[in-house]
Amino acid sequence: MSDDLILSPNIDGADDFYADLLATHEGLSKEESDALNARLILILANHIGKRAILTQALAKAALNPGEDPS
Amino acid sequence: MNKIFEVPLYPYEHSEDQDAPSPVRHQVAVIGAGPVGLAAAIDLAQQGIGVVVLDDNDKVSFGSRAICFAKRPLEILDRLGCGQPMVDKGVQWNVGKVFFDEREVYEFNLLPEEGHRRPAFINLQQYYFEQYLVDRVRELQAEGKPIEIRGRNKVSAIGTHPDHVTLEIDTPEGSYNIEADWLIACDGAASPTRSMLGLDFVGRVFEDNFLIADVIMEADFPTERWFWFDPPFNRGQSALLHKQPDGVWRIDLQLGWDIDKEIEKRPENVIPRLKQMLGEDVEFELEWVSIYTFQCRRMEHFRHGRVLFAGDAAHQVSPFGARGANSGLQDTDNLVWKLKMVMEGKAPESLIDSYDVERVHGADENILNSTRSTDFITPKSLTSRLFRDAVLDLSEHYEFARPLVNSGRLSVPCTYDESPLNSADALDGPERTRPGSPCPDVPLKDGFLLDKLGDRFILLTIDAEAPDHIEEDGVAVERIALTLKDDSTQALRKRYLGESDSAVYLIRPDQHVAARRPRYDESLFRAAIRRATGKEAH
Repeated sequence: MSDDLILSPNIDGADDFYADLLATHEGLSKEESDALNARLILILANHIGKRAILTQALAKAALNPGEDPS
Repeated sequence: MNKIFEVPLYPYEHSEDQDAPSPVRHQVAVIGAGPVGLAAAIDLAQQGIGVVVLDDNDKVSFGSRAICFAKRPLEILDRLGCGQPMVDKGVQWNVGKVFFDEREVYEFNLLPEEGHRRPAFINLQQYYFEQYLVDRVRELQAEGKPIEIRGRNKVSAIGTHPDHVTLEIDTPEGSYNIEADWLIACDGAASPTRSMLGLDFVGRVFEDNFLIADVIMEADFPTERWFWFDPPFNRGQSALLHKQPDGVWRIDLQLGWDIDKEIEKRPENVIPRLKQMLGEDVEFELEWVSIYTFQCRRMEHFRHGRVLFAGDAAHQVSPFGARGANSGLQDTDNLVWKLKMVMEGKAPESLIDSYDVERVHGADENILNSTRSTDFITPKSLTSRLFRDAVLDLSEHYEFARPLVNSGRLSVPCTYDESPLNSADALDGPERTRPGSPCPDVPLKDGFLLDKLGDRFILLTIDAEAPDHIEEDGVAVERIALTLKDDSTQALRKRYLGESDSAVYLIRPDQHVAARRPRYDESLFRAAIRRATGKEAH
């Protein structure tokens, strides 16, 4: 794995993943969904592991206007 | 029976200084006879420097207060000749349990590394800690060492001069003045010295209150550290249960911000809370209750001319992680040898500035760690609480989340990376013994390594040649020669050699590494000695 965050399409069966994500939240209250999202972030972050990637992901997720979109 | 903290341990006595026609000059004055002030004074006195400790009180600390003492401070106390009574009396523990809501989410074992003389931690009430330090002071006095504790001597004014300080001291018999070449202020978080000198103390205030109680009970709770997040008996808050000697248990209950301290402290309010926590049928006696709030902050500088600040007077942290008294002892460990060399004319006065550099670095590390613990224990926003609870929920099921649970990162000594006293690392050796690091202990044929280090510069050779003594510009360095042939536990190789076959370490009087190389080199080690004593810049 390189130290660069992947920002090009990278998910096999992207539509299926998206549907799974919504299905996992179905029937949950806002509070339960928020908790699930927080757990999901922690699980994915641990899987990635590399601090350099995580740091880039945090910055990109902030969607700072004016930042180079590359 | 009187509690030890109710008996005057250093009652007021009339001093000859009070009758002197002009102020008597002392080498060093220390303000505050708490753990840090007493450690500073013992260190000075056992190296022959005259010291007088001034305290406005005459008793040891009231209540347990600082209770968790880490390995490095215990090693420092060994050097000060009073580690053993602390370890004999203290409670050792390795197992911790974390509870969330009504469940135990996981259990951990500190699994301390083998091959150290001292345990990772002991729990000991601060009043015992101070009593053993006072015992050591009395021992030194019996040996004729120049040390005094003056109880009920309250410093009321300080005059600062380029080469000394003047102190006005109030006593039950009126006031008198003394002078001192150097002053060490160890007078706590509310330091009157700091106020008298008009110095800053900025940082972050945490809006929270904690109730701490010492409870005596004969319950058969195991010797473990139990930490609760959001328990049924203290909803939305945290709680800690820790064992101390003499069947005394320390309980910390987070209360939140919007409370009336005086009301919460009343036994009729405290006891029902404790019954909910310990169980209705558990018999206990309440020994001491206190409520505290805390701040994380430090002075901009710990040296102000001839006045040096140490311990809580210089920096304050949250209690999570036991970094208060533990870091204060590391302050004086760092300071005293430098002061001694400067007073003896063996190093320039600028060596004292490295105390400021190194211990400010240490304070920043402690403040960072304890602030992070505080943010985990008492989340300050909904999102912060969301992630905190997510970590706790995951930790019950998955191992990966457990290192994220932060109920206090237990105190470890800091490495003085970037210190002006370090020489560049020239050994392909372990990270933990790079220049600036505190020396880790190693079991030897005849005892432990750290007992052989300290109070003077040492050249530690491992399967390497070097002279038995060197002297560089008045600084004497003595060699200790070790070999891997005696290293049956492999601890020496793992902690000091790494991939290298041989090593030579220059070790400071406070047992920190100043320089290391694979082999001895006369001119490079002489340069390293000059550098470690403030005589050579980068």
